[in-house]
Parts: sequence; C-alpha cells; structure tokens
Amino acid sequence: MAIAVASTLVFFGALAFLVTRSPGWDRFKAYFFDWSLYRESFPEIAEAFLINVKIFLIAEAVVLVTALGLAVLRSLPGPVFVPVRALAIVYTDLFRGVPTILVILMLGVGMPALQLEGVPDSEIFWATVSLVLVYTAYVSEVYRAGIESVHPSQDAAARSLGLSRFQSLRHVVLPQAVRRVIPPLLNDFIGLQKDTALVSVLGVVEVLNQAGINEAADFNGTHYLVAATLFVAITIPLARFTDWLIARDRRRRQAGGVTT
Amino acid sequence: MRSVLVGLALVALALAVAATATGSRDTEFQAGACAKANLNLLEDGRLTLGTDNPAFPPWWGGGETRKPWKISNPYSRQGYESAVAYAVARQLGFSKRQVDWRHVPFAQSYRPGDKDFDFYMAQVSYTPARDKVVDFSNAYYFVNQALVGREGTAIARARTRSALRPYRLGAQLGTTSYQYIVDHIRPSSRPLAYRSNDLAVQALKNGQIDGIVVDLPTAFFVTAVQVEDGVIVGQFPNRGGRERFGMVFEQGNSLRRCVNRALNRLWANGTIKEIQTRWLSRAAGAPVIR
Repeated sequence: MAIAVASTLVFFGALAFLVTRSPGWDRFKAYFFDWSLYRESFPEIAEAFLINVKIFLIAEAVVLVTALGLAVLRSLPGPVFVPVRALAIVYTDLFRGVPTILVILMLGVGMPALQLEGVPDSEIFWATVSLVLVYTAYVSEVYRAGIESVHPSQDAAARSLGLSRFQSLRHVVLPQAVRRVIPPLLNDFIGLQKDTALVSVLGVVEVLNQAGINEAADFNGTHYLVAATLFVAITIPLARFTDWLIARDRRRRQAGGVTT
Repeated sequence: MRSVLVGLALVALALAVAATATGSRDTEFQAGACAKANLNLLEDGRLTLGTDNPAFPPWWGGGETRKPWKISNPYSRQGYESAVAYAVARQLGFSKRQVDWRHVPFAQSYRPGDKDFDFYMAQVSYTPARDKVVDFSNAYYFVNQALVGREGTAIARARTRSALRPYRLGAQLGTTSYQYIVDHIRPSSRPLAYRSNDLAVQALKNGQIDGIVVDLPTAFFVTAVQVEDGVIVGQFPNRGGRERFGMVFEQGNSLRRCVNRALNRLWANGTIKEIQTRWLSRAAGAPVIR
C-alpha cells in the first residue's frame, strides 16, 4: 500500500514537473487553459452541442434496428440466400472501408447538388444518414459476432421443439446474442457520438465548428477544452449505465445460484 | 555673372545633396536595428513568408506556375498581398530571390509552437483578442465585408441588414465575415460556417444557403469566376471601427517594427495605393447595405 502510494506520487510528481518545466508551458497554458474564457464560452458551445446530441440520438436508434437487420441477413443460411449475403458483405466492406468524413462530404454536398425534387437539402439530415450508413456496417458486424457466438445446438434444440426458423432466431438466438455484445455495442456508440463532430465539414455550427469559430475569434484553444468536456460528460454516464445493465443482467441470470 | 554662376553652382550642389539624401534613405533605412544583417529571421539572409494554399485572387495571382501552389503562385508578385509582400521585402533589403513562401493553414498561423515563417499574410484581420496571442503589423489593407447571392433570388434585392434576417447565410469558419453575420446581421436561422470558402460557394450554388459573406475583393472574384449567376448584393459599412488586414508575427518578434516602418513608408510614398489600383480597383464600387 505504502509502496503503491509512494510510486504513484513520484510518478505523477515527476510527470507534472516535466510538463510544467517545458519551455512552452506558459504559452500552452494560456492557449488551452484560460478559465475565464472557459466559463464565458461554455453556454454557447453547450448549446451547439445539442445539435450533436440530436444527431447521435436519432442515428443510434436507427442503427440499432438497421444493423440488426443487416446482421440477420448476413447470417441467413443456405444457397438461396447467397445474393443477399453477398450484398450484405459488399455493403459492410464498402461502408467500413470509406472514411466517415468522406461519406458525409459526398452525401452532404452531393445529394443537394442533384437538386432533385423531394430530396432534402438539410445538412443535418444527410450527415445523420451518413452516420447511420457507416455505423450500420460496424454494428452489424458486432451483432453478427454475437449471433455466431450462440452455439448451433441452441438453434437445433429450438427447431426440434417445433419453433420456426424465425421464432428460433427471435426467441432463442438473438436474446443471447444481443446480451453478449452490449459492451462492444457501447464502444461503437461512443464512436458514433464522437463522429458527430465530423458533421462540421458541412458547415453546420455544431460543437466542433462553434469551438473552431471561437478559437479563430480570439486565437485561443480553450474552446476545444469545453467541447472535449462535453463529449466526456456524456460518455462516462453512458459507460456506467452499461456497466450497470450488464451487472443487473448477470445477477438475474445467476439468481438461481452461483458456482465460484 | 559670377554671382549667378555661384548661385547656379549652389543650386546644383543643393540638388545633388538632396538627391544623395533621398537616394541614401533606403540605405539609411537598412542601418541600425533594421539593417538586413540585424533582422530577426528564421533563416539568415532570407525572408520566409507564409500563406494558405490555395491562395485566391485578387489577393494572389500568377496562376498555377509553381508547385505545390494551387490557383495562384505567391512567388509571382501578382495579386495584392504578393505585391505588398515583395514591396516590403524590398524595403527591408531583400531581392525577390531571397523571399521564400511556405504553405501554412490559417489555424496554424496562430496556434502555439514555433512558427515556420517570419510573417504570415492571408487576409487576417486584426482584433484586440487576437492581438493578445500573436502580433499584428500595421494595416496593409482596410476591408469591408460584402454579401454574395444569386441573380434573380429574393435576397439579391435586399438593401438593408434587417431585410437579410430571414435568409440562410454562410461564411468561412473562423473569419470576421462569419462574425459579421452573427454580430451585425443576426439572421433568424443559424448561419453556417464552412471549412473553406469553396465549400461555402458550393453550398450557395446548391441552394443550401441564400448568401455568403466574404470580404469585398473576394466577392468580386467569387461572382466573376466561381458562381456563374453570382451577384454582389452589396457591401456592409464597418461597425465599430475600420477592419484591417495585418501581417501575423510570433508574439514579440522584433522584425515587426521594421516591417511597420517599411509599411509606413509604402503608404506614404503611394506604393500601396498603386498596388491597390492595380489589383483591387475592380473591387471598388458596390452598393452599400445599410
């Protein structure tokens, strides 16, 4: 215990000493840690952050459904479904391979440029669509891993009890699969939340652009610290919530007794 | 007769003295703290300047004649900022071969860390807040913001700032143009901020926004080259003091004083006016939006 405390103190003490003694520390501090500026710009940047929140809430809800659909399509067995599986694979390869920022740029600039009647012009709309497309590809792989981790005997048992293929999927395989993939699912959702900042390339004044505007207005980077705080502030509660979900789930499943 | 001769000789002498005096002013300028050898430079004997790439007319010119520069070539001495930069360089005693240009994105010009330029020119406006982080030279241009729309659209008929409020407007991120929209036009829908002017222009062409705010000379370039049906709706009078472009220096760089002396002289002897007439005269007249 004493050794742990001492080594921790020495380590962080040395780190702090090195950083604060670096020749550029004063400029660094003035540039990123201007607390009066922090307080001043917090409400403005927090308001811009609401746009990011709106985008990821909508995108996450949609992705949960579309990704599951894609994963199920890709898991369909038998030669009849070869074209479906092939399409699903092409989709996943394509949208996992293209950088998200490019998808956003191409859709956000390209679709309105078509000037088609009835096609929305809104940057936020196309940015959300782009994020849904990309994250559907990621999350469907997570689901697929979950589905494939359920032992085939489970499905066989369900089918032998008279459940249809769909019923077995719905009541036996998926509940187990989804439960197993909640942590990696959260991983992707945190990624999605952070990627809402990419919407800034379309000119929407969301959190990153607002911070950039403020930075350029007074040549000070503290505004980025505000933006970073906001992202962390929503990520940490979400992580704890998921931990709690997993723990609760484990308690329920092991309610009958635990072997340790 | 003799007295006339003496008089003539005296006049000639006086003229000669005057001529050498004016002729020596450049060399006198190069003595002392602002002597070329005493200047605080990144690279001895060379002036290293920074600007963004692509560099756009009418601020820059010369076409794509030198890699990696796009659209314009800062080495060309064509375009307003390039011409001013070389005029300043000459005042400081540099030949055109002793001037180097580096590509420095705008945000990189002011962020902390070693600057890899002696000074930076890319239509950077002076503000007191910015001045706390970097140093600005004296003005080399006084600028007005202007609004670009598309011909035949409703916004093109607006004559007052309050008439602009219902429209969707955009500008380049982090520019005083964007700040002008927020502070002085105050549109009812949130203005958009684009990473580059090109993206803003693209959005205008797509009809995603009704108008973009840029500085007036840039507005002439946008309407002449970038947007076919583009039209300058008008220019805005300055609010709260004249907006001015200055060169950006690392804070405390002693070179700034010498550049300021050079600029003062270029304003006084009419060189800057000449350069303006040459490169920005087309950008003179535009209706004013009250």
